[in-house]
Amino acid sequence: MAQSGKLQGKITFVSGASRGIGAAIARLFAAEGAVVILHAKTAESLTPIAEELTAIGAEVHLLPFDVSNNEAIKAATKELIHWGLAPDVLVNNAGIMKDTMLGLIQPALVQEVYQTNAFGTIYLTQALARFMMKKKQGSIINLSSAIGTKGFAGQVVYGGSKAAIAGITLSSAKELAAYNIRVNAIAPGFIATELTASLSETKRQQTLDTIKLKRPGLPEEVAQLALFLASDQSAYITGQVIGIDGGMCI
Amino acid sequence: MTHSEQLAHVFAETLGIDIDTVIDSLQYNSIPEWDSVNHMALVVAIDAEFDITMDTDDVIDMSSFGKAKELLAKYNLDFSK
Repeated sequence: MAQSGKLQGKITFVSGASRGIGAAIARLFAAEGAVVILHAKTAESLTPIAEELTAIGAEVHLLPFDVSNNEAIKAATKELIHWGLAPDVLVNNAGIMKDTMLGLIQPALVQEVYQTNAFGTIYLTQALARFMMKKKQGSIINLSSAIGTKGFAGQVVYGGSKAAIAGITLSSAKELAAYNIRVNAIAPGFIATELTASLSETKRQQTLDTIKLKRPGLPEEVAQLALFLASDQSAYITGQVIGIDGGMCI
Repeated sequence: MTHSEQLAHVFAETLGIDIDTVIDSLQYNSIPEWDSVNHMALVVAIDAEFDITMDTDDVIDMSSFGKAKELLAKYNLDFSK
């Protein structure tokens, strides 16, 4: 089943694994021999990807919880301890995108988006880095976004939360290097997922016009970058925010 | 070695301080050696020594050596001796 076993024996945790980039990452990690802990808000949403990976012989574990709820993260951590699974790799992929023009932003929206995208990343990293600190090794991969560095009209809240992830990545990398834990971020541009499919045709075309390679990226292409950052091939890379955007940001 | 003695050794070795100074009233941030950076190193060392994973809340609440013993008792460790 393994392509080349780059993650053979590694225990990996992928948040937001039910679809899109998260599912693609889980799929590739499993194919590379990793044990994959699949996270999403509900167990039902994980059933298709879990069945798919189980069918190819992968060891998968389902751990549904609300990443925006720190108490739920603590409970999930206890579950991992109970299972005897100490992650070597964490992919902080769970996130939400809600577009609103600046003048229409309401506090509840800011709270919701930051709670999931930024605070969830901090708390999940805080919880799972502990396992890696104990092992003196690990790789944490945070999903930022080109919107976090380049910006986009109507995405003040989302873009801000993704810029926060870049900052979280850099400070985490400095703090955790002492424990041989690498922390990097991926900043995808326009990737063909359900999330971006919800964009209006006008916004979709506007975005495509900014991409030098003239096409959306694929979740599988982002997954390849995540695999590189998770594996020992990137053993000397930490504290980087790596764009994968078809030249959107050049 | 009792769990209390084990824990005292972990504190002394991780913080690089004399074991005689590891007493219940030894407080976080009361000496330069027990700063936030070494606090996390201490947590990792305690986890390894007793083969546990301390809860995040306990990591934050571990404000003294005495408090550490109180918190760690929850992990089936005996600090009565």
